[in-house]
Amino acid sequence: MEDIKSKVWDVVVVGAGPVGLYAGIEIAKAKSSVLILDRKQEIGCPKRCAEGLSLRWFNILGLKPNPEWSIQPIHGAALYGPSGKQIKMKNKEPQGYILERKMFEKHLAIEAVKLGAKITMKHLVVSAKRENGIVEMNVEADGKIQTIKAKLVIACDGIDSLVARMLGLNTKNNLNDTDSGYQYEMTGISGYDENLLHLYFGVDIAPRGYIWIFPKREGTANVGIGIGAYEEKTAKFYLDKWIASQPGVKDGSIIEVNAGGIPVGGFLEKMETDNLLVAGDAGHMVDPIHGGGIGIAMEGGRLAGAVAVKALKAKDFSDKMLSTYTKEWYALRGNELKRRLKSRHLLEQLTNEDFDYLAGSISMDEALKIGNGTLTKTDKFALFTKKLVTRPKLLKIMVKYFQ
Amino acid sequence: MVVKNNSNKCAYCGACVGVCPTQALVLKDVRIFVDESKCISCGACVKICPVGAMELSKEVKTASKSKK
Repeated sequence: MEDIKSKVWDVVVVGAGPVGLYAGIEIAKAKSSVLILDRKQEIGCPKRCAEGLSLRWFNILGLKPNPEWSIQPIHGAALYGPSGKQIKMKNKEPQGYILERKMFEKHLAIEAVKLGAKITMKHLVVSAKRENGIVEMNVEADGKIQTIKAKLVIACDGIDSLVARMLGLNTKNNLNDTDSGYQYEMTGISGYDENLLHLYFGVDIAPRGYIWIFPKREGTANVGIGIGAYEEKTAKFYLDKWIASQPGVKDGSIIEVNAGGIPVGGFLEKMETDNLLVAGDAGHMVDPIHGGGIGIAMEGGRLAGAVAVKALKAKDFSDKMLSTYTKEWYALRGNELKRRLKSRHLLEQLTNEDFDYLAGSISMDEALKIGNGTLTKTDKFALFTKKLVTRPKLLKIMVKYFQ
Repeated sequence: MVVKNNSNKCAYCGACVGVCPTQALVLKDVRIFVDESKCISCGACVKICPVGAMELSKEVKTASKSKK
């Protein structure tokens, strides 16, 4: 096996998830040397993810659905209020897919290696420092510590990212801006349309969040929950309680237990420092409303890879040079983030009655526009004067956010 | 008072590591390691944990108080 500690790598990517692999692919394409290492023993496991990816992101990322890893076409969604009222949208054509993450990530890993990247697992970074403009990381593997050197490090090591913090960039998550997530992959369940995403809202069902069913195939689905971190009870408590109340789900079998923190408070303000770029969950690249992140985070990984290639060409790994990464990222996704954060704060204020009222009175198109913060003047007029006029409190909240 | 990880409940997701302000927690293989010298008992990890596997241990609190 190649001795990974004998040379100075152009780039070491920490974290072999979809983001790290996508960054690695970008760097390997440019013929620079790149090592992708991961503390886990298996790529794609355990997942901390509900595995949904919309076609919008397939297109942005240049991916094509592949039956090996995009296993279930999704044609729309159904949103449920606490008393069961629903808003539903189902298109003829698929709008996205549920992925099998372990297969997806292995596919990306094979691509990365074909292009010249090197990947290694069960390598944990225990410390990192800069020495003469080069990053030296102490990495534990097989019970031994070895030193791995890189001109540039890209930290894609998830919510538990410590590598960036070791190199002086604070990626810590504030509790207020982090959701607590828990999920079962279940099989032998029924009673829901397998071509739709199902989202269940209500302050008693999932405070400051929602429960989801993301169908995977033949009575198999990711059944999960995300809630605010300050709740008295755990995410597991709320999910178990809800499952027990669902006739088609409660007798199913659990084939995976997944958990995770979700950084929903918006991207890190600064995503680079000397010799370091941060992407994915580590850089809080998550949608603040639905907590999804595969697409946006991979886009971030690709950009980090592209900026790394520029820095390698310029032989400049200074914070100043690398700051184009943060700038370009905010130019690309900053405005969308601002709108989505606003809508998140709005959602957090809704009561059970509000959810039920909305589920019974608005369309999916309106729900999506509220979420995206893209209501036009005409939309607002129709919503405020026709639908919310009988709900003065709700109207007041909406006007505050969308005037 | 320091935080303890209950490995029977833990799902090894690392959410606690992400909210720890002092880098007192590390996720390694399928274990959460707590560096008691760094823990400031803020309870952030207890709040974020999706399965209730992080617990503030009261016994240690008494011990550390008596040291002072």
